[in-house]
Amino acid sequence: MDKIPILRMGQFLLVTIQIDLYDRLALNLETDLVSMVHKTGARGVLIDISAVSIVDSFMGRILGNIASMTRILDAETVVVGMQPAVAITLIELGLSLTGVHTALDVERGMALLETKLGPMDLMADEDDNSE
Amino acid sequence: MAITREQDVVPFRNRVKELAIKIGMGLVNQTKLITAASELVRNMLRYAGHGEVRMEIISKGRETGIRLTFTDKGPGIADISLAMQDGYSTGKSLGLGLPGARRLVNEFDIKSEPGEGTTVTVLKWKNG
Repeated sequence: MDKIPILRMGQFLLVTIQIDLYDRLALNLETDLVSMVHKTGARGVLIDISAVSIVDSFMGRILGNIASMTRILDAETVVVGMQPAVAITLIELGLSLTGVHTALDVERGMALLETKLGPMDLMADEDDNSE
Repeated sequence: MAITREQDVVPFRNRVKELAIKIGMGLVNQTKLITAASELVRNMLRYAGHGEVRMEIISKGRETGIRLTFTDKGPGIADISLAMQDGYSTGKSLGLGLPGARRLVNEFDIKSEPGEGTTVTVLKWKNG
């Protein structure tokens, strides 16, 4: 069974989707991510979909679910790296990804999470090698 | 191509993509076609369990396009005009599958007979 790896980076979780998902795989990701947020106490989730060539209504719903579920667990979700063709198609399909934060790439997504959570939280976690 | 389980969806989408590339369809239209195909194939699996998709390259005058025909022997759709409305779903989806797919293609045709099955035909022109 395929699995999408979830990486932990300080207070964030990073997911890079590098294969086209079928529905079961997307559902598993939803469950895994929500349990990981709970287990690690992560405050932010970054989902990189730059390698994803299509987002249909099911995948869109999963992204929305992940955002809502993690919010209940006090974490923000940012979807980053959407291809322009995917964005155009999503809107024509009729999906607006309500409630999902988006950013152009991982770097900007990270910056967005940091401003949302305040820089303090992040520094507290990476303070051990400061001057 | 027969679609009998969820995992068939990814190779099916790849086949559609290969065809689209073969006729030189641009990336945005490719993405629209594949997304529409993905919605329709999911409907087929969800409501009928399995079905078949015929993929054809068609030409009309100077235009080239791809036609996909989804055929299943599932329960059929009792009220097509209701099923084509945004937000209507008998499952627990967003109800965007059929109306969304129709918006993404150039031609859309649906025939359904309760108890007999459903046939959906979509056509996307290369430059449509």
